[in-house]
Amino acid sequence: MGLLDKEFSDGNIVIAKVDDLFNWARLSSVWQLGFGLACCAIEMMATSMSHYDFDRFGVIPRNTPRQADAIIISGTVTLKMALRIKRLYEQMPEPKYIISMGSCANCGGPYWEHGYHVLKGIDRVIPVDVYVPGCPPRPEALLEGLLKLQEKIRNESLRKKSA
Amino acid sequence: MKSAEEIFEMLKGEFGDSILVLDNDTPTEPIISVDPLQIHRVSKFLREHPDLQLDSLMCLSGVDDANGNKVTNADGDELIEGGTLSVYYNLHSVSLKHKISLKVSTSRTEPKVESVENIWKSANWHEREAFDLLGIFFLNHPDLRRILMPYDWDEFTTEVSRHPLRKDYKNPEFYQGMKVPY
Repeated sequence: MGLLDKEFSDGNIVIAKVDDLFNWARLSSVWQLGFGLACCAIEMMATSMSHYDFDRFGVIPRNTPRQADAIIISGTVTLKMALRIKRLYEQMPEPKYIISMGSCANCGGPYWEHGYHVLKGIDRVIPVDVYVPGCPPRPEALLEGLLKLQEKIRNESLRKKSA
Repeated sequence: MKSAEEIFEMLKGEFGDSILVLDNDTPTEPIISVDPLQIHRVSKFLREHPDLQLDSLMCLSGVDDANGNKVTNADGDELIEGGTLSVYYNLHSVSLKHKISLKVSTSRTEPKVESVENIWKSANWHEREAFDLLGIFFLNHPDLRRILMPYDWDEFTTEVSRHPLRKDYKNPEFYQGMKVPY
């Protein structure tokens, strides 16, 4: 995406727009909050392991929201947990991104009608960037969700968050 | 090893009217019905008697029998008036290898059952769960707080939305500013 287009012949100098450089840096190191909720978290962990290797996209789990760029809501969000998630989200520094993983986090999933304790969609509490459908989504689906998020970050401008 | 009939006869001899009936016609273990305000004495006997030694409380479950009258209140909600809530105790003797179930039934409007927490420690969280989801009060329980629902659930709910596993439960519209229904 144009970052290396204006390379000089000696190879040591690159000219790029600040937007492009920042976006490239951000989308290449989306550090996620090490945080799992339910069965989707198992798929998320599988995505992190060597077979699917989240790390090749620059996704590394961080153990504190202060160092995280993204949070993957991987599972059923209970009303009790929603308050904690909101606090974690607020503790993350800008720019921050949210991937809602699986039907439960998207809309309540199988608990939509009789789940007296389930929040029917994490977007009722915090703003979601990418929704990944599935119950649970396979690692490939989560990877595509991440690619969609990277696409979104690529088109950002320093002047406003979302493209 | 003792059969359900033998255990029932022993209890009947020891406690008389506190032991109500033996229900043998169940797909699982036979069930002995007990007075809810005598369950502590009975449990202690079952655990400590050398011929019984029921030292393991495998499960304790609360049940809404929903056997009261269905009425419709001013808001158009269907409620259950009267009837009973029950607690089932599934007991097992590790050394003597016999099993028995106990049942207590208590009024739905003022559900009070004696706690067996100081006889079987596993009852502690089970009784908290039955309290949380059905609103059964366990007398002499050391720590009768909600265990699954949020601690401040009562502040956001009304009488009909306090205990979710009651058959006439209605979801509250909001909890902490979050919309609850779909």
